[in-house]
Amino acid sequence: MSSRTLPLLFINLGGEMLYILDQRLRAQNIPADKAKKVMNDIITTMFNKKFLEELFKPQELYSKKALRTVFDRLAHASIMRLNQASMDKLYDLMTMAFKYQVLLCPRPKDILLVSFNHMDAIKDFVKDTPSILSQVDETYRQLIEMYTTLSSGEFQLIRQTLLIFFQDMHIRVSIFLKDKVQNSNGRFVLPTSGPVPHGTQVPGLIRMFSCTGEELTRQQFNNGGNYNAALREGSFEIFGDRVTKLGTNMYSVSRPVETHMSGTSKNSAQHTKVNTAPNPLAKEELNLLARLMGGLEVQKPGNTDSGFRVNLFATDEEEEEALISRPDELSYGVINIQATKDQQANAELAKIMGEFTESGDQSPSASSKGDDLLAMMDGL
Amino acid sequence: MYHKEKSIQIKNSASALYNNLSVLRIAPRRLTYFTVVHANVVNMVSASWDGLNYSHRQLQSKEPNVATSTSLIMQAAFCVLPSRDLLVVTSQKGIQMYESDGSIMVYWHALDTPETPTEQAVFARGISAVWENYICVGVSSGAILVFDVPSKGSNITLSEVLEEHKESITDMASECSGSQECIANLVTADDEGSLCVWKSGEEFQLLNKIPGFDMSCSSVKLWKGTVVAGYGTGQIRLYEAVTGILHAEVNAHARWIYSLDIAPFSGLLLSAAEDSLVRVWHLTMTPETNSVEVAHLHNECVTDTQICGAKFCDGDGYAFAVTGYDLSEIIRYVQS
Repeated sequence: MSSRTLPLLFINLGGEMLYILDQRLRAQNIPADKAKKVMNDIITTMFNKKFLEELFKPQELYSKKALRTVFDRLAHASIMRLNQASMDKLYDLMTMAFKYQVLLCPRPKDILLVSFNHMDAIKDFVKDTPSILSQVDETYRQLIEMYTTLSSGEFQLIRQTLLIFFQDMHIRVSIFLKDKVQNSNGRFVLPTSGPVPHGTQVPGLIRMFSCTGEELTRQQFNNGGNYNAALREGSFEIFGDRVTKLGTNMYSVSRPVETHMSGTSKNSAQHTKVNTAPNPLAKEELNLLARLMGGLEVQKPGNTDSGFRVNLFATDEEEEEALISRPDELSYGVINIQATKDQQANAELAKIMGEFTESGDQSPSASSKGDDLLAMMDGL
Repeated sequence: MYHKEKSIQIKNSASALYNNLSVLRIAPRRLTYFTVVHANVVNMVSASWDGLNYSHRQLQSKEPNVATSTSLIMQAAFCVLPSRDLLVVTSQKGIQMYESDGSIMVYWHALDTPETPTEQAVFARGISAVWENYICVGVSSGAILVFDVPSKGSNITLSEVLEEHKESITDMASECSGSQECIANLVTADDEGSLCVWKSGEEFQLLNKIPGFDMSCSSVKLWKGTVVAGYGTGQIRLYEAVTGILHAEVNAHARWIYSLDIAPFSGLLLSAAEDSLVRVWHLTMTPETNSVEVAHLHNECVTDTQICGAKFCDGDGYAFAVTGYDLSEIIRYVQS
């Protein structure tokens, strides 16, 4: 569908990831200098020039597995380590948060405002580091250049593409359940009240005209909701009030991050067998992934003592328990390179992934389809 | 006025696409077919009128004889012609036409897809059967492909390409009143809200172009010479097709409209949007004064659901069906 979706998907998911990591680093009392290094390293990697160049090229959306691989890499761009269970949970939270934001956006164009909210927060994380700040500013300019001229219909196509990516995901997020924006069945609450989107009128008026254009009658009807007039429009510039709260940081030390895995398998079991990958041609995706990952340079920890592990759960036992009890259909199946028919792409990717698998704690994901990459791609 | 009936379960959830529900009533066999698009699959359900038998079928979007090629589907719609009914499926790669039960693909038309993706997306969207033997399909470039359909067999040919729209086609509709008097028998809509009114024939004739107001028209119908158009702003506008005179303007929904339908025998209008609401209206034409009246009749709220398809199940509007994003059922309502 829209070939302009990937940058928005990546930046918004990346933004959510940073909110969650920031909260967990504080919650685990990681020393301030180490925490700052992690945030800076990840943000530097996210906004790496070569990487962004690849990202902004017109292309179809990646499959969930491919994108998860990119974020695994990103999360390990610094001295921080995450176990598989924590990485799974992190990704669940990131994706459900952005799904929520996309669904609740009053207009499709507001997804850009949500992206700017994430960008504004990222800018704040690195405000003391000029070198990274300039990378972030450059990305603002690229976003403005690419998206501000798009029509409403083109934004809706982007939104529809994102919604296909998020189709059938109903993982329950504790903070959403508490705020009553998500139901216990994992579906988000869509209120029939509140301000209408910018450019829309409150429903209720029927106007009828004569052939000469004069208004003949006005009638009101009951709109079945409780709407009020639109708020002012948010700013689409580098600086400005975005007006919407979607995309701002909803976590704080007192509002911890948790997910519930139970109760979701009933919903997802029925639907996971369908191939929802927009581009299932394995070789094609492998090439794209290799180019994209080529831009993500991993920092090797100079001294293994400075490395540390972050846990997305309250205790190590909980983390272990989560790994064992995660329903099969919700496993992301991170791509492992073993054998592919395309030697060049494999070599390049293996080289990049080699650094990744060396320094990580990653245990190979439990996939019943075997380790062969193409087989895994075919199973998408 | 309406009450909810038992839903029909479908194999996958509906994707967020405009006009994502198509209904075909087969009176002689006391069956109704429904189609709902999920990513690259069309879910077809055949439901018997007594509510006892349901059978399912899934169609994938793919080029014939190419094993791995699939693409996302934009729309699936039944096309009813005097001699036959076909199911047309439009995707990023091309247009497929099946027999109405989905059993055999009778025609495949490939779109010109570039080697590497371009900024402008490529896809086909907007489907309508047009009197007497044409099926029209819209393309993301704004072009409209006119296919000539023989009364049987697979010798379907591309008869004409209409290039009038500058933005991607969103939807199109043919005159559904059954009246032969109407001069215009096709209306096409695009992403900037422009509406083109056509007369079919060996060469289609453009009768009128109604300019948009920079807001996508996502769903359009044509009834008794009146265009009914639904927009991304939630507004519905009624125009006289041939002259472009604005008859009525309704602030109908609080979010983007995804589907409109008309029950031709009764003049009932159905509108559905991302705001979770389905509304039923009544249209009255008064030829003497050349006026059209719109009256609001009924609301149904599908809680916490962004609706993507809504269609009447019969020509009187006695029943209608609804689909929503992430919902794996077709919800049905029947007049009380």
